[in-house]
Amino acid sequence: MRYEAPDSLDSAVALLAAAPGDARVLAGGTDLLVQMRADVLEPELIVDIKKISETRTVTEEKGGWRIGAAVTGAELRENARLKQAWPGLVEAANLIGSTQVQGRATLGGNLCNGSPAADSVPALIAAGAMASLVGPKGRRDLPVEDVMLGPRKLALTKGELVASFLLPPRPRGSSDAYLRFIPRTEMDIAVVGAGVSLTAEGGRVTAARVSLGAVAARVLLVQAAAQAIIGSTLDDAAQDRLEAAARAACQPIDDKRGTVEFRTQVAGVLARRAALIALERARNS
Amino acid sequence: MAKHHVAATVNGDEVEFLCETEETLLDVLRDTLHLTGSKEGCSSGDCGACSVTLDGRLVCSCLVLGCEVDGRKIDTIEGMAKGETLHPLQQKFLEQAALQCGICTPGFLVAAKSLLERNPNPSETEIRFWLAGNLCRCTGYDKIIKAVMETAGDMRRA
Amino acid sequence: MAETNGTTNGAVLDIPQTYVGTRTVRPDGVDKVTGRARFAADFNLPGQLVGRVLRSPHPHARIISIDTSKAQALPGVKAVITRDDFADQASELIPAGEMMMNYRDVVRNVMAREKVLYEGHAVAAVAATSVAVAKKALKLIDVKYEVLPHVIDVVEAMNPSAPVLHPDLFTAGVEPKPDKASNVAKRIEIAIGDIEAGFGKADVIVEREFNTAPVHQGYIEPHAALATVSEDGTAEVWVTTQGHFIVRAHCARLLGMDISKIRVTASEIGGGFGGKTVVYLEPLAVALSRKAKRPVKMVMSREEVFKASGPTSGANIRVKLGASKDGKFVAGYAELRYQAGAFPGSPVQPGVFCAFAPYDMENVKVVGYDVVSNRPKVAAYRAPGAPISEFAVESVVDEIAKKLDIDPVELRLQNAAREGTKAAYGPKFGPIGLTETLHAVEKTNHYTTPLQPWQGRGVASGFWFNIGGETCASLTVNEDGTVSLVAGTPDIGGLRASLAAVAADELGVPYEKVRPIIGDTGSIGFNFLTGGSRSCFSGAMAIVEAAKEIKADLCRRAAKLWDCKPEDVEFSHGAVRAKGAAAGKHTPMTVADCAKVAGKTGGPIGGTGRINAQGAGPSFGTHLVDVEVDPETGRVTILRYTVAQDAGRAIHPSYVEGQFQGGAVQGIGWALNEEYIYGKDGKLQNAGFLDYRMPVASDLPMIDAILVEVPNPRHPYGVRGVGETPIVPPMAAIANAIEQATGVRFTELPMSPPKVLKALRERGLNTREALRSGNGKNGHGKNGH
Repeated sequence: MRYEAPDSLDSAVALLAAAPGDARVLAGGTDLLVQMRADVLEPELIVDIKKISETRTVTEEKGGWRIGAAVTGAELRENARLKQAWPGLVEAANLIGSTQVQGRATLGGNLCNGSPAADSVPALIAAGAMASLVGPKGRRDLPVEDVMLGPRKLALTKGELVASFLLPPRPRGSSDAYLRFIPRTEMDIAVVGAGVSLTAEGGRVTAARVSLGAVAARVLLVQAAAQAIIGSTLDDAAQDRLEAAARAACQPIDDKRGTVEFRTQVAGVLARRAALIALERARNS
Repeated sequence: MAKHHVAATVNGDEVEFLCETEETLLDVLRDTLHLTGSKEGCSSGDCGACSVTLDGRLVCSCLVLGCEVDGRKIDTIEGMAKGETLHPLQQKFLEQAALQCGICTPGFLVAAKSLLERNPNPSETEIRFWLAGNLCRCTGYDKIIKAVMETAGDMRRA
Repeated sequence: MAETNGTTNGAVLDIPQTYVGTRTVRPDGVDKVTGRARFAADFNLPGQLVGRVLRSPHPHARIISIDTSKAQALPGVKAVITRDDFADQASELIPAGEMMMNYRDVVRNVMAREKVLYEGHAVAAVAATSVAVAKKALKLIDVKYEVLPHVIDVVEAMNPSAPVLHPDLFTAGVEPKPDKASNVAKRIEIAIGDIEAGFGKADVIVEREFNTAPVHQGYIEPHAALATVSEDGTAEVWVTTQGHFIVRAHCARLLGMDISKIRVTASEIGGGFGGKTVVYLEPLAVALSRKAKRPVKMVMSREEVFKASGPTSGANIRVKLGASKDGKFVAGYAELRYQAGAFPGSPVQPGVFCAFAPYDMENVKVVGYDVVSNRPKVAAYRAPGAPISEFAVESVVDEIAKKLDIDPVELRLQNAAREGTKAAYGPKFGPIGLTETLHAVEKTNHYTTPLQPWQGRGVASGFWFNIGGETCASLTVNEDGTVSLVAGTPDIGGLRASLAAVAADELGVPYEKVRPIIGDTGSIGFNFLTGGSRSCFSGAMAIVEAAKEIKADLCRRAAKLWDCKPEDVEFSHGAVRAKGAAAGKHTPMTVADCAKVAGKTGGPIGGTGRINAQGAGPSFGTHLVDVEVDPETGRVTILRYTVAQDAGRAIHPSYVEGQFQGGAVQGIGWALNEEYIYGKDGKLQNAGFLDYRMPVASDLPMIDAILVEVPNPRHPYGVRGVGETPIVPPMAAIANAIEQATGVRFTELPMSPPKVLKALRERGLNTREALRSGNGKNGHGKNGH
């Protein structure tokens, strides 16, 4: 098993593109190492991207934020300006695993592990984030909701990797929130995840994006849920509409973590609760 | 297949070792450097018994590859006491019986030390959530949390 | 002077108690907080090989053939073993903790013979020069299976049409003996009085059926063993175990070796809770080392621990309890169906015995079934059998309380077993502390704190009978007056501190001068394993005996030195003293003084206690818990938890409290989230700490521990074992609290969020309308019940 730690995107891409066997990108390793240890994966090549500066930096760009794909949840949490601008995204990244896991886990890894239950992905999608992919044919940007196509299925072609994410600029009066349901209080994989990002003026929602995780084969961007609350003050009627729209979008499975019925029911509850938190934060921002 | 040559600092000492790509930092600590204080409970990052700090950052050593730590600084349980002087957390754990079988204790001590370095005045809730990644099956956590809270108070007053 | 079966607590002993009852720092503690303490996986020997096990992918299959030739030929492979390396064993029942086991089953569990009976069952093992070679070797072993239909669930396994695991298993305990083999290994029954008549007199009867899922002990340290066998056939084994003498016995038997040729050292143990009272890797490591002529180290992965080491039973329970309208229990009936896993031997018998035992009842009948199914053979888990049966009974007691509108603590007090009560399973209780624990709980601030909507409070009691058993311990007085203590039961958390305190007080030496170790099997006589809450109870007794020998010896030596009659010398308050005719004529000699002249007065000073400890007293406990239920998600949060339990006499209060708290939290996990999840394919889906959900620190509040002490008159210090009782009450206490919070009685464990939410929805309790109108459930009636 080879291990390489290139210091440029071009080298990383070249290594991945030329690999004869299974080649994996290593960012935080909190999924990759577990899968290797369980003999689920036996890569021929591991490409550690943490020496590449774009993957490790957080900068304000064009009024928005560029977050490197290999920045850890803990580093995001320690970035006060980012936390203030995007509290939902930062809290989502810091729900992954434990304190120890957050010390290593990254947004890039969380997305590219290809699990629809990933905690940071609904928050990224609700934020309207773009994933910046770099590959043999150059760079292209994809909305995050178009990167994970299904369980362990990504839109990346051979040799491509996610280098960074770009969060759009947001108007005043905006904020976001992420909630997940787990049976314990920490450490579990989300049974349902809900990310809501919205803008409010005078207490009224003027823009919104709602994303649900762990309730379908991919993380969903639920337009109908957003429509349900745009123009409203998130009164009872709007909350009911939001819950209904969230539930209608679910296509969950029964598995060891939850039933179809449970996931559908709770998806509505969490979407509503996350929207209320986001609205409260937006009011105070 | 050639092994990787790694030079790192462990508990303040410079070390060099060879490792295969698939060896984790935990494997290296225990099997190559003979520092068996960090324990293997699950190999999947779910129990925290292997906790160490990497450049001051609390991590599970089972989730880091040995070849990733070239040039880095690692601190394990073995480095927590200074000579014969125990760290206040170690002393408090003993006095408060915050351990029974002791297998999770190194992980808890490393994690708690990391917390107090960042937050000298944590609430009970903050302590519980910070330590949620450290499993204990013997104590029910009560005496561990109390020991961390008391130590935080002692260290603030010192 | 204290007798083993004699007087009560320290007040009657003429020993000043400086250390017993205080919170000393444990002598083995510094090594544990510095990482120096060595658990089994921390041991290494030069030249050691890596041992790995090939395990069955099928839950039930006949083994047609095993071809290890390619594995043996792989460079780096030094030994391969299969069933052919173990002689078959005749059927023989032997005690193991509070359960029984059979060598014919042990040899098959350790290495499959005719069939594989669960996914994860060991089929072969290799010893190789590296992990990579070992893994490759396993892949080269070719096993041909004839896959058979499997059965997991206990009720399904009892069905006459279920796949039969053992063609020679005929249900014991039924007349006439069945002529068809089945999965029901035995039926047992206890009965007193006349339950028909009893139920006939009842004003209220509650009858319920319960189901519990299998749960694992969940120790953080996986099984591990290091074995080295010499050319003359002697073996040394380092292993994490609750019973190194048991490991020795099993290895000797399975490998055809003299017991004296195996020396087993118990490493520090990272949790056991009953799960490390049996062997898995040890016989394999010894067999591999014998073949390879090199040390072999074997460590289980977490997945192997879940798939191949014994968790406890899942069960189906029916309980029927009748009471008069003033609250007297008039009749109790229960049927317990427990899974044993692949081989007979579930803890259904203790479950049967404990079911109604906390109560004084004239009419009781309990029937139990031991049922095999295609999952790992169950091992003991902390009060084996009782948490399951008492979950059911204590839930029904709560329903009776509600029906009669009697406070649940008062109802238990009214019916509580006391000194002189005869339990349905036979014994008459001596002094016991159930009522004391009930009163202790009633007096707490917790008991009367008001509750909010969707919060509920529950109470439950429980007990464990505890055991004594064969124990050897020795005390040696060193030349400088310090004392070396050798005990023989592995210390799972606080034993060495407790025994050192007893020895220090017995001999009147400072605590720091007593250094305890757990001796290997070559250093001390036979000790039964650490289990049954016996290690402090029996160990302290044995230390008292050892101290007696020393004190008598020192008196003899002093009598010679002082040239006076034996009756004019006594040991008291830490020194040999002249009395009677010789009073005042000689300076008292402390143990240290005697040590200085040991050589001149007869040689080395020491004593050994070799006992079969009798008189173990039951420990009763009562738990009180507040929960809050999120009606929109079904999540149950533990808000507050109090444990009151009778320790008899707490040698070390901190470690006794630790047992209360640790057991309660295991019960919380069992109640809310822990379960073995099987697919239809009979394979375990959650073999890791991610999806086998044990409580984490953020899930819990502080666990308040109230130490009750009703001394056990049959122990020199009044000690009762405490380790197991704390896991018995939590599940019912939590179910009772959830019932108060929601109005829903849950009869299935775990009470996980999907189940709770479903129940609330089915009753229309958590619609948006219901919640908006403030229809929060809360307790009503006395004390919120």
